[in-house]
Amino acid sequence: MTILAVLIPVALCLGAFGLVVFFWTLRNGQYDDLSGDAERILFDEDSRLMLNV
Amino acid sequence: MNMVAVGRPLARARDEVARGILASAAEMRAEVRIDAAGTASLRFAVANVRCGGCVATIERVLGARADVAAARVNLTLRQLVITLPTPQTNALPIVEALAGLGFPVTPVTSFEGTEAGGADGSGVSKGLIRALAVAGFGMANVMALSVGSWAGAEGETRTVFHWLSALIAVPVVIYAGRPFFSSAWGALRSGRVNMDVPIALAVGLTLLLSLFETVSGGAHVFFDAAVSLLFFLLVGRTLDHLMRDRARSAVTGLVRLAPRGADVCQLDGSLVWTAIDGVRVGDVLAIAPGARIPVDCCIIEGMTDLDRALVTGESVSVAARPGDMLEAGTLNLTGTIAARVVRPASESFLAQIIAMQGAAENGRGRYVRIADRVARLYAPAVHLMALGTFLGWLAYTEGDWRRALFVAISVLIITCPCALGLAVPVAHVVAAGRLLRLGVLMKDGSALERLAEIDSAVFDKTGTLTTGTPWIADMAIGAADGAGALALARASEHPAARAIARYLEGAAAIVSEVKELPGNGVEGVIGGCRARLGRAAWVGEIAAVPAGMDGPVFGFEGRPAVGFALSETLRPGARAALKALQAGGVPVAMLSGDAAARVAGVAAALGMSEAVAAASPADKIAWLESMRGEGRKVLMVGDGLNDAPALAAAHVSMAPASASDAGRTAADFIVLRDGLDGVPQAWQTARDTARIVRQNFMAAFGYNIVTIPLAVAGLVTPLGAALAMSASSLVVIANALRLSRGKTRESAAA
Repeated sequence: MTILAVLIPVALCLGAFGLVVFFWTLRNGQYDDLSGDAERILFDEDSRLMLNV
Repeated sequence: MNMVAVGRPLARARDEVARGILASAAEMRAEVRIDAAGTASLRFAVANVRCGGCVATIERVLGARADVAAARVNLTLRQLVITLPTPQTNALPIVEALAGLGFPVTPVTSFEGTEAGGADGSGVSKGLIRALAVAGFGMANVMALSVGSWAGAEGETRTVFHWLSALIAVPVVIYAGRPFFSSAWGALRSGRVNMDVPIALAVGLTLLLSLFETVSGGAHVFFDAAVSLLFFLLVGRTLDHLMRDRARSAVTGLVRLAPRGADVCQLDGSLVWTAIDGVRVGDVLAIAPGARIPVDCCIIEGMTDLDRALVTGESVSVAARPGDMLEAGTLNLTGTIAARVVRPASESFLAQIIAMQGAAENGRGRYVRIADRVARLYAPAVHLMALGTFLGWLAYTEGDWRRALFVAISVLIITCPCALGLAVPVAHVVAAGRLLRLGVLMKDGSALERLAEIDSAVFDKTGTLTTGTPWIADMAIGAADGAGALALARASEHPAARAIARYLEGAAAIVSEVKELPGNGVEGVIGGCRARLGRAAWVGEIAAVPAGMDGPVFGFEGRPAVGFALSETLRPGARAALKALQAGGVPVAMLSGDAAARVAGVAAALGMSEAVAAASPADKIAWLESMRGEGRKVLMVGDGLNDAPALAAAHVSMAPASASDAGRTAADFIVLRDGLDGVPQAWQTARDTARIVRQNFMAAFGYNIVTIPLAVAGLVTPLGAALAMSASSLVVIANALRLSRGKTRESAAA
């Protein structure tokens, strides 16, 4: 069972990492326009990025 | 202000109207927002962006312009954000270019007229999503550790698992539980009980008990129950908030009707666009055709026709001349006028209406939401039961308070209104989605509960049961008269002229020297003969007009004239909507500010027996109050400024998307489509939702009836609690989802 001493912290760290990344995406506005982003992937030309929303 | 200066600005205003630039540029500049970094941006609602193609078109066209630094369309909110290169950039050409592409846009200012600002609302949602993510993280990890305990971990391993669970659960509950703790605390402090009180108590006590058990090395801890409870409840609450945000952004996107400023004539004859708060009594305003009157004023120069439908409910436009009073919100149809401000914006007709609306809303404030009504009975019952269990076990075990406390808290956990907390919001969110597909916007969940309770409905006439566009009934007209009338009608933007042009379609006579005289009509020369189309008395100056004509008249000089009878157009689906309500046992009535004859005509056409005509806003409120006095629950459907107080006074209210700003703010539901079908459909959805909510409550109670005896008997283990809680929550969610399935069946049938 000593393997748990390694596995549990590893599992918790992975989970916490996922949580932090989710917070980052949230603050980064990645969920502001879900239906728009689904369509944007179909745009052909690689026009310059239009940031700043 | 001196009277001498007035003539010149008016001439200049006419000049600028002709070039189409009056006011708009300055008004647009007032909308520019400058953030902390000094970037200037404009936010627009673009109602008809539907797919990625529209997004690509708009962004490509705007991206190529020199006066746009960046542009991005948000398809979910149907909004466009444009970053300008400098704060001084004139955004008007951009707006015109967009309109040319087929995307008319409306500037979005922060959401006025309701409780919270747009930015504020989305901040709350983001906080809830963060709490949800934290609770999800905690639930997954604590659950994993709990599975270890349930699978038979013993001794030190179990103790370590418990400590680890505590280490995760305590911060998670403190962070993710804040919305519930603060709401429960707020309710208790003001002496009320809401659903959050039993939730906060159960979660808090569960956490404390589990901590105590962990420290003292006990066998059972409920960390997983506390965290998963929070997770499920946060799901419901987050959905609720996202739904409200969506409705709010959709309402913001509707075209605003009230002007935010006016063109004030200066002493030197120039016109300066001034925000509405800066307009003072005595200022002279230039008001262009097609503009709404910004503040109450009095005409000092110019003739025009006015559309007062949104203000008073009158369906027929009226002529106005110098000396006439104009209420704020009236639409100026044909002529440019100069008018002197008689009341500041804060005391205008609009402001009086808003004050009346505020007073009328108090009645509705008495409504208590279903969940809170349940909580009022449920919370004391559950807490007494837990107390009874504690005392019972204390007596039974002869003073083993630890064992008694454990059992009492397990009663609280098992009865914690997890399913009850989810029962209402999940059903409302699903219903809101169904309503949106039907073209009805719902402002919040309580409106849906109130709509399900209605036992009578009352409709405004102008703009609600009828549309603003008049039409001409069948009539006999000679070929020469027809061609002449058509030629003159096409020269005017007056609604009556447009109705005539639509009715007469065909070849028009060739007309010269056309001039429009606001307030009277159009005059021209056809085949060498002077002809007039317009007010009967005015046409009568040159032609023989039969007596008793109240509609527009056409006549050649010296010949008999022809009269046109204007009728109101019924809104599509009006008859079917009324019939559906009546068939469902809801009597319908009409409450209009228009003249009795026209009200009676529309009532007869729609088969309505009860119709009140010439009702002022105060009359409408009084009528609704008397209905309330009889214990009736009335649905009010109306659009005008004059309806706004009545919309607020009614038990529940709806407005078409074409309604006045005040009407849309006051209404609980907004029908986005042209027809009135949305009214009975929303009512049906509300009743379906109420049924689902009742079923959900029954399911939650039924589950409690089974589990409470087990809990009181001390037979509940952490595993049992987790299973029971998840199962009941899933049942409630699955039941609520049936609402949206019901919709697809309906649309397949339609």
